Amino acid sequence: MKNVMSNKYVIALYTLPALLLILTLIYIPIALSGYYGLMDWDGIGEMTFIGLDNYITLVQDKMFWTSTYHSFLLAIFSTASLLLYLVISLVLASKIKGSDLLRKIYLIPMLLSSVAIAQLWMKIFDPTNGMANKLLEMFGVENTPIWLADPEIALYAIFIPIIWQFAGFYILIYYAALKNVPDEIIEAAKIDGASSFQIAYKIKLPLISGIFKVTIMLAVVGSLKYFDLIYVMTGGGPNGASEVMASYMYKEAFKLNNFGYGSAIGFGLLVIALFMTWLISKLTKSKDDVQF
Amino acid sequence: MKKKAFSSVMTLALAGGLILGGCSSSTGSSGDEKASSGDKTVVKMMHLWPEGSSNAQYTIVDDIINAYEKEHPDVDIQTEILGNEQYKEKIKVLSASNELPDVGITWAAGYMKPFVDGKMFAPLDDIAKEDNFVAGTLDAFSVDEKPYAVPLELNITPVYYNKEIFEKYNLEAPKTYDEFLNVVETLADNKVTPITLGNKDRWTGSMWYMYLADRIGGPEALNNAINRSGSFEDPALVQAAEEIEKLVKMNAFVKGYNGLSNDEAKGYFMNEQAAMYMMATWELPNYTTTPDVSQEFKDKVGYFKFPTYEGGKGDIDSYVGGPGVGLFVSEQSKVKDEAKEFVSYLVEEWGKRSVVDAGVIPATVVDTSNGELHPMYIDILNDLGNATNLTLYADVQMSASVADVHLNQIQALFGGQTTPEKFAKTQEEALAAEK
Repeated sequence: MKNVMSNKYVIALYTLPALLLILTLIYIPIALSGYYGLMDWDGIGEMTFIGLDNYITLVQDKMFWTSTYHSFLLAIFSTASLLLYLVISLVLASKIKGSDLLRKIYLIPMLLSSVAIAQLWMKIFDPTNGMANKLLEMFGVENTPIWLADPEIALYAIFIPIIWQFAGFYILIYYAALKNVPDEIIEAAKIDGASSFQIAYKIKLPLISGIFKVTIMLAVVGSLKYFDLIYVMTGGGPNGASEVMASYMYKEAFKLNNFGYGSAIGFGLLVIALFMTWLISKLTKSKDDVQF
Repeated sequence: MKKKAFSSVMTLALAGGLILGGCSSSTGSSGDEKASSGDKTVVKMMHLWPEGSSNAQYTIVDDIINAYEKEHPDVDIQTEILGNEQYKEKIKVLSASNELPDVGITWAAGYMKPFVDGKMFAPLDDIAKEDNFVAGTLDAFSVDEKPYAVPLELNITPVYYNKEIFEKYNLEAPKTYDEFLNVVETLADNKVTPITLGNKDRWTGSMWYMYLADRIGGPEALNNAINRSGSFEDPALVQAAEEIEKLVKMNAFVKGYNGLSNDEAKGYFMNEQAAMYMMATWELPNYTTTPDVSQEFKDKVGYFKFPTYEGGKGDIDSYVGGPGVGLFVSEQSKVKDEAKEFVSYLVEEWGKRSVVDAGVIPATVVDTSNGELHPMYIDILNDLGNATNLTLYADVQMSASVADVHLNQIQALFGGQTTPEKFAKTQEEALAAEK
């Protein structure tokens, strides 16, 4: 058996189906969208080759950089909220009463589709009849915000459901990682007189630091390409105030019939996301990942 | 390494999803019993009236198809039905891959042009006869005098209002703009939302602007700006923008209108939380025939024409509106003749049934003398008969990218993020750059 598995031809044969799938479904489309980026194309008629024009426009396009900025804001918020998720998981993983029920409650948003979540929060943000403003009114706020219609706050208003939406996912990851921390180590620490804060900070966190890196990566890349809630809730509006890279790409390609330019945006998004992935893996690289 | 692969998969899912997403939208097909088509000629049709959300239209089309199949036993019409947005996306994907259905639905003018330029639609001059249609509707679907689709609907845009709310504050349907401002002021003072508006969709706000432009500068002002024989910086067009600013300052519109979709905004009117709602006549079924809406509410709804502006050039019988959707036949279709025959049958039957059964105003000439039409229809049809002008929705007249500038400017104007002068200037620049 060992011989078979180390045979280069066998390795090639076994990896071939997966490789083919990945090539045709992923890498070829990437190359194609890069190629379409070189075209002036309305998605219907003839394609005209225009060289790097789309990419040059892209670099000078204010709206693209605004939407990139918004995507990065989302990435920062999502990464920051990882801390919140971590604290919640630490609490849930320490054997408190009802932690089982709470864990399920946190998971529920994960079970809803993004569109349903968007619809739900649009109702909450409804400026006249929505729950958010009704609550504010109860507390005596007179000039209640108009949430999704206010260019100053629309983007941040959408961050709230996004952070809420992903809570369950990350809590689940952290929770599973924390549960993997061997009891003996914690018992030993307790015997040595460590407080629960010390146990969390000095033992549990270092032990799950690998997971933490993965989640940062997921959060950042996920945020950069985030699309659905924003598209449904504001469509990038009002006036581009909540436009992110992906919604801008969609708009150019499908709403404005600029498939060539839309592809160029998509390619730009890919480059930025790849760069961030590389950067994060550089920054979070440590020589001694803890093994237990 | 795995992480990298994973993240690039995630990134790419987006680009891929974009393209595939269009194909995977839910599809429904009418008449499962027709699965075995044997050696019949199959005509594929795509339309955008799902059974759930556009029941009236769905039923009419379904009836017509059944009748047609009975008369033509050798033809099998297969339908695919999508909601509005999905429809628009799927049709683009299909046309990019040269797989348009034999018969489908298109919007007029600017929307249709890329398809015609790309030789996707067959010219329909052999089946579309000018005098069957309300004047001008066929033109909207014509390129170089040749029709490439036949219009199904025709819409004008009245202002619907809640009679009960008006009575409560002693108001009457306004005829002049000053009366209208008075209505707005009275309602706003009494903490009633005067107008509901879903300006997240932007074309909704555009209609308000278009009416003001029409009443102040006459029907030519805006049209000329768009067709480049005039300028968007025309004083009348700037003044119209100033009037919008004024309305916004008076709190004429529902709170948060720039974040509400048209459907959400409509809810305020239907729940009687807002007194007025301006929308095209495709909303008429909700106030007349739709069984889902209570009769009590229907009785409360009236409509008035957009009021005249003192010193303005436009008259009260000039409307913002235009043909809604039309039917096209694919140039690539292998059954073009059958498809064309079906299209002309469908348009004719649609004209006969749509008013009575669906409460939709067809683009074909309607005979109002027979049948038991709802009085509101008869009024609207009469108004239509007396119309002096019909200004096609601005965003439909423009190309997609200029329309986007226009719509963004509308949203900015309503949101107070631009001045009337800048509003006009930005659009003038976009229009000038196009030519």
